[in-house]
Amino acid sequence: MSRDIGHFNLTARVLHWLMAVLILTMLFVGVTMVASLHWRPMLVDLHRPLGIAILLLAVVRLVNRLRHRPPPLPADLPAWQVFAAHASHWVLYGLMLAMPLVGWAMLSAGGYPIQMWKGVLLPPILPHDVAVYAALRGAHSVLAYVLFATVVLHLSAALFHLWVRRDGVFQAMARGRKDH
Amino acid sequence: MSLFRYTRAGREPDAPRPPHSPLLWIALIALIAGAVVLAFAWLAGWLGRDRTTAQTFTDTIEATGANHPGFRRAHSKGVCVSGTFQGSPDGAALSSARVFRQQQVPVLGRLSIGGGDPHGADASARVRSMALQLVTDDGQEWRTAMNSFPFFAVPTTEAFLEQTRAGIPDPATGKPDPAKMAAIAAKYPSARAFGEWAKTAPWSTSWANTDYNGVNSFRFIATDGSEHAVRWSLRPQGAFEAMSGEQRAQAGLDYLADEFAQRLAQGPVRWDMWVTLAGDGDDINDPSIAWPGDRRRVKAGTLSLTAMQPQAGGACNNVNFDPLILPSGIAGTDDPILAARSAVYSESFNRREREVASGKATDAAAGEKAR
Repeated sequence: MSRDIGHFNLTARVLHWLMAVLILTMLFVGVTMVASLHWRPMLVDLHRPLGIAILLLAVVRLVNRLRHRPPPLPADLPAWQVFAAHASHWVLYGLMLAMPLVGWAMLSAGGYPIQMWKGVLLPPILPHDVAVYAALRGAHSVLAYVLFATVVLHLSAALFHLWVRRDGVFQAMARGRKDH
Repeated sequence: MSLFRYTRAGREPDAPRPPHSPLLWIALIALIAGAVVLAFAWLAGWLGRDRTTAQTFTDTIEATGANHPGFRRAHSKGVCVSGTFQGSPDGAALSSARVFRQQQVPVLGRLSIGGGDPHGADASARVRSMALQLVTDDGQEWRTAMNSFPFFAVPTTEAFLEQTRAGIPDPATGKPDPAKMAAIAAKYPSARAFGEWAKTAPWSTSWANTDYNGVNSFRFIATDGSEHAVRWSLRPQGAFEAMSGEQRAQAGLDYLADEFAQRLAQGPVRWDMWVTLAGDGDDINDPSIAWPGDRRRVKAGTLSLTAMQPQAGGACNNVNFDPLILPSGIAGTDDPILAARSAVYSESFNRREREVASGKATDAAAGEKAR
């Protein structure tokens, strides 16, 4: 049996698992739509509103995180793993907020309409500008690869806690307290 | 209370952990992570050499001619134009798009010639094109890129790629291999028909007296929700005048641009937008087959162009005329060429914007810095 180190609150857990699905979907949608000669129109229509949804959820999540301390990491966790855990969470929070904003800014600078769904558009947040577009378009890809790599590491680390260390870290996010 | 519990739990393990072999679990984790990474890489087009992506298709187009950094990969030479579009009630009856209701919708456009040479001779290009961006007062946009040919040369994305590949010059001769071109014609009846069109259709003397055809099918959605599969064309109000081979040979490098500037000096140049409705059994998703001539046609509006600018530094230069940027009331179809165009235009746009931004596109970006 794994140890009980405490649990994330319900809001945090619901947001975590919902956003895990959304962000992983988003990364696969993004990388597919850029390459595919067939699926781009459908996927690009999904990518924009999903990105804004993630942005809004990330803001709620950040507020919840600041108001509710997460459970502590196990005391016997090696220092480098503590560092990796903290650093990767900074990267994850930073990118789940930055990616949608970079995408929105990039479409603005590219002179594209920012359509959520038919007839509903977001306003541009930057003027139409070649250099800014080129920089943001490059950044959107690079940050997506960084986010994807971090998500894969996060997933691997979570499974490592679950199956190898069995230290309650995975359970802290997987379920609530059993004793009320 | 809960704070106390957390701290205690963090300090001392409840019970000794049961013995288990970590190696198998670590292998399983590596397998899961590896599978996720592999799936991502495959979808990105990084694995599988034979998979055609927007990137490999754009590479193929680039291989058909010399490199011209900062320019569009196709229809590279052109001018920016602007004016207005006035929709008609007949158009408004078919589509709920604001563009058919608003008075004098502002239009930014581009008139161009086919091919990837931004310095080519205007009069020697068989294909001429018109791209438009119509922005209504509700912020919605309609972008369209039309051509002087009446149907697409090939029916599918694969055929489009084969045709583009056949156009890559043979290093020995510097020209496309005629045998490869003949093979495409033999394989695709529409490619033969296109060749016939190119050979026999009369050339006009101007961008202004040329027809421009959307070629791909779209859906018009009316206010009551009813839908029609449509194709649109812009037909010039000016009279057709034929241009002989001799005249073309003598024409200056920028003949079409110079001629169009002269016309604009006399006043607006106009086209009517004709929307053709698909009949029963018409192939919606095959742009290589023109619909029969007796299909119902509706005059949906009139385009008036009033001004022209060089593309370098012009307002149209940094616009991607993606044919799937559509307002509500107009939607795409499953026409595969339409999706492929959208994908390749986007990749081409990203490449040339990057070239301009990084200073690799000296002639294409002339005037860009001044803006």
